[in-house]
Amino acid sequence: MINIDERKILKNLFSYILLIVLAVVILVPFFIGIWTSFLPTADILKGNYFSTNISLTNYLDAFTKTPILRYLGNTVVVSTLIMLAHLLFCSMSAYAFVFLDFKYKKFFFALFMVTMMLPGEAAIIPNFQTVKALGLLDHYSAMVVPALTSAFGTFMLRQAFLQTPKELKEAADIEGLNHFQIFWKVILPYNRISLITLGAYSFLGAWNSYLWPILVTFSNESRVIQNGLKQLQSEETFNNWGMIQASAAIIVIPTILVLFIGQHYFKSGLNEGAVK
Amino acid sequence: MLKTSTTNVVPEKKVEAKNKTKFRLTANDKYYASIFAGPSLFLLGLFTFYPMFRTLYISMFLTNTFGNTTLFVGLENYVKLVTSPDFVSSMWVTLVYVVGVTFFTIAMGLLLANLASQKLPGIAIFRTLYSVTMGVSVSVAAIFWLFIFNPSAGFFTLLTKLLHLPTVNWLSNPTMAMWAIIITTVWMHLGFVFLVFLGAIESVPTTLYEAADVEGVSKHYQFFHITLPMISPTLFFISTITIIGSFKSFGLIDLITKGGPTNATNMLVYRIYNDAFFGGNYAKSSAEAIILTIIIAFFTYLQFKFLEKKVNY
Repeated sequence: MINIDERKILKNLFSYILLIVLAVVILVPFFIGIWTSFLPTADILKGNYFSTNISLTNYLDAFTKTPILRYLGNTVVVSTLIMLAHLLFCSMSAYAFVFLDFKYKKFFFALFMVTMMLPGEAAIIPNFQTVKALGLLDHYSAMVVPALTSAFGTFMLRQAFLQTPKELKEAADIEGLNHFQIFWKVILPYNRISLITLGAYSFLGAWNSYLWPILVTFSNESRVIQNGLKQLQSEETFNNWGMIQASAAIIVIPTILVLFIGQHYFKSGLNEGAVK
Repeated sequence: MLKTSTTNVVPEKKVEAKNKTKFRLTANDKYYASIFAGPSLFLLGLFTFYPMFRTLYISMFLTNTFGNTTLFVGLENYVKLVTSPDFVSSMWVTLVYVVGVTFFTIAMGLLLANLASQKLPGIAIFRTLYSVTMGVSVSVAAIFWLFIFNPSAGFFTLLTKLLHLPTVNWLSNPTMAMWAIIITTVWMHLGFVFLVFLGAIESVPTTLYEAADVEGVSKHYQFFHITLPMISPTLFFISTITIIGSFKSFGLIDLITKGGPTNATNMLVYRIYNDAFFGGNYAKSSAEAIILTIIIAFFTYLQFKFLEKKVNY
């Protein structure tokens, strides 16, 4: 008996060692990035990671000497607009595909599906010309307008709307509600979890987009954070590693905090979906 | 739907309800459909379908520096591409990257998920730590790793000095630059892939493992003969989205290597971008974009087919 216990403890010990080693490997880039963001650049460039000159100077510099707050503000505005637009337009088109009968419905749905197979990266030349012709270059709208709807979002919400219980639709019919009322008062509230999921997905997608914004923005007034870091890194601040690391930390810390807090809800959301 | 009428509804109302329902299901639906689906259809038409056809069109012409088409040349742009060593090497580089990223992302994701699915005290902490890269965006990942690969003060340089090993200049060596991009990409995707695999592994019925334990089957054998087959739909899903994502990779390349050194990491999308917006060769860039579209459409189609099959079961 003792023998088995010992073997079990040894096995667990081995598991823990492996778990810890892998955690360290994954977290090393964070540790180094965040630690060096507190050190003076002179020490970093000498490779003196164990310097004791810890300060918040890099953060102050990042906030006062670079437009990072402007970049963050731009990104929040653009991502929020895209998220709201997706929630509205995707749920509307999904509603049409589930609850309305119209000519060529199957054909139009097939079009949506085909759209999901086409990479946006391959459409940059004509889209750039379109946005330029519309006079939207270097404005928020250059990033928002082409991203107002999403075929994937429509598809995802359609799958959710299909699960709406018949009784709910019938009750709405008896009440004599028109389609706008059914859409707004019945279908959207009933599918709020799917809407939250799509909202999070769309916001993150917009937050992380890199190629399109770099093509259509040229000034700090409209530049988003993903391109902004490249700008900082290539401009006057080229070798100011301390400040660049601080900028990266300023961006990543809020997202990770949100993730940790959100993970609890995310998990319970998944469970809820499973019970359904 | 009209079967819902009950006896305590007065006849007039009943007729009204009947008319309304009937009316709504026929003539009015067209009007509602154009309002509900119209905006999305219009937007997708303008920003997805039109550019696709336009790109296909441009790819069969010669263009001037303003991107206007000048002379119809048919498939000549494509022929030029596939016979140009430059483009062929670019395709190879892309392929190496896609295979590398997909392989290591899945291997690492499975390893982490399998470890973190053990029932040990404190395992929740590791699950949280392993999913942490989900909160990392392209530019942050690039900055963190650029510093690690930095030839003078970077972490790897320091480490090799400490161990008295020859220092490697990651970003100026073609092979190492490719590794640098692969490592950064895998790291960035790992958090998400880990969580998806963990969810899949946890949904495998425990009775299967209990039966195997009774038989005295090793954990190693259980992983390959129970876990892997049971999570194969998830494995397929993650493979296809990783392949699609890697073919479209742009941000990390732009931030870390800029396609260099000597085109060693000049992948498809980076080439499309450079040829059009810096080279001014819109026709060439369009032909490359169409090749990308074919590749992505193929893998997306595979995924749809598979999902459909799964639903049918």
